[in-house]
Amino acid sequence: MEALFATVTGFLAASGLYLSLRGRTFPVVVGLTLLSYAVNLFLFSTGGLTTNGAAVISDDASRYADPLPQALVLTAIVIGFAMTAFSVILAMRVRGDQGSDQVNDQRGEESKEEKS
Amino acid sequence: MQHLIILPILLPLLSGVLMLLKRDATRLPRRGIALASTALLVVIGACLVVQSDSGQITYYALGDWQPPFGIVLVLDRLSALMVCLTSVLALGSLAYACAGDDRKGSNFHGLFQLQLMGINGAFLTGDIFNLFVFFEVLLIASYSLLMHGGGKDRTQAGFHYVALNLAGSAMFLIALGVIYGTTGTLNMADLSQKVATLDPNRLGLLKAGAFLLLVVFGLKAAILPLYFWLPRAYASAPAPVAALFAIMTKVGIYAILRVYTLIFGSGAGELANFVQPWLWWFALATLALGGVGVLSARDLRGQVAYLILISVGTLLVGVSMNREAPITALLYYMIHTTLVSGGLFLLADAISEQRGKAGARIVPGRGVTQPGLLGVFYFVGAVTVIGLPPLSGAIGKALLLDSAEPSEQPWLWSLLLLSSLAGLVAMARSGSTVFWKAGRGDSEGPRLKPAMLAGLILLLGASPVLSILAGPITDFTHASAAQLLDHGAYAETILPQSDAGGGS
Repeated sequence: MEALFATVTGFLAASGLYLSLRGRTFPVVVGLTLLSYAVNLFLFSTGGLTTNGAAVISDDASRYADPLPQALVLTAIVIGFAMTAFSVILAMRVRGDQGSDQVNDQRGEESKEEKS
Repeated sequence: MQHLIILPILLPLLSGVLMLLKRDATRLPRRGIALASTALLVVIGACLVVQSDSGQITYYALGDWQPPFGIVLVLDRLSALMVCLTSVLALGSLAYACAGDDRKGSNFHGLFQLQLMGINGAFLTGDIFNLFVFFEVLLIASYSLLMHGGGKDRTQAGFHYVALNLAGSAMFLIALGVIYGTTGTLNMADLSQKVATLDPNRLGLLKAGAFLLLVVFGLKAAILPLYFWLPRAYASAPAPVAALFAIMTKVGIYAILRVYTLIFGSGAGELANFVQPWLWWFALATLALGGVGVLSARDLRGQVAYLILISVGTLLVGVSMNREAPITALLYYMIHTTLVSGGLFLLADAISEQRGKAGARIVPGRGVTQPGLLGVFYFVGAVTVIGLPPLSGAIGKALLLDSAEPSEQPWLWSLLLLSSLAGLVAMARSGSTVFWKAGRGDSEGPRLKPAMLAGLILLLGASPVLSILAGPITDFTHASAAQLLDHGAYAETILPQSDAGGGS
């Protein structure tokens, strides 16, 4: 399970990183979202991976899952969700203000594109 | 006054929420609430400084969950100083904003208060995950404030700033995950004890986490390879917001100072002080680059942004020396540079408003309406930010130069003095262009409003006050530095005495 988990997290992070280095706002936003998914998964696993473990102390539980990463990841998800919503709106605003979804304002290149 | 520690977080939160009610109300009560709340924050900040000056570290356990299990707010001299500094800076920029900048977009005051809550929380928290949470609070408020008023330049600079900081937050979480995974705790005091007795097999992982944390804080503080967002974001932000942002880089510096003296400080066993040698070179490079940047700026606001970079370099050099004397110097310099660079942003805005079309660009153009008044402000601001005697910049820089050891002197002295020279040349050039090569000002043009004047006087006027009170202030910063380096006392205060390594 650890290998699968690590592969998935790593793949998500790599895709997120690749997309967030792109030149247009939409891939950047998607990339940042994927990156935050990867981070959430990673954070979730920091207490060790357990299945069927109890999170709260009880007498008949033999295995325990670490509850703190669960609390942390919940916080991180909420914050990440709000940030994603904000960056989507912002990306649309940039599109509206500039008439282009380039992350860097490259007026020279844009006009070349228009000519060609 | 046990609850005093939490007030700097609760008060802005309450007033920020209050301003969300009745969004269509007239602006006067909103301004009143904002000013009253911020003024009260200054009083609270002063009380906290007095309280912390007893040398006792006090903590506030939320919900009475005792550390290391519950969340704590910790008050020591350094955090009290930072909270007080924030509130003074906020009062100055808020006063300036009340002259009319707050009307250019919606809900300026509510966001401003929430930003203050985030900043104060970051200074007070004793839990490294809560540091992340408060970073996010201050960041999301700063995203909206940065774009207050709108405009093409702002949204684009804003998008860069948001994207970079989102990536930074992701890295912050990874670092926290690594640190939690290796040590099993997120409480700073508990961490400082766990790190020393860590299983050697896990040291490499923890070190990676700690370096990742340095990258995140470096992004906030804008050290050399991570500074690219700063000049553009600061130059395009509305003036009162840019002035408040003068404290944002200091949040990063505070976090570096706190984490790498307390957790990875001299008591950390294998990992003791491993970051400082790296920081030293990065800080010097930042200093050099700030000097080049300030010469290249074509706009008054961009110039101030590069002056902030110089100050970041100067402060981090002090952090990387990691002794009592340099930290004393850097804390004094931090008070000075935060207030003065905030004031200079306001001044650049006031100048650009009075010059009409020429704006803040450093080109000969129409003169300002009030050359005498603005000229005096510019002169005071320039002298102190460059570090010419007799004002506070000179005292801070002299203290820092004096604290260098012979092996550090060649690098520090040459780079710090050269960057000051670059600042001097740039400020002299832009001052003479703006004030002397200018045509006659339009006597009918806009004048400084009383609120703007109040903001400028509060922030730039802090400099002479700081140099007059240099004695008591350096005494306080000296005590703060001593307290900061004595990380054993911090852990002893926070953690129960019987704690013998259990509890993870």
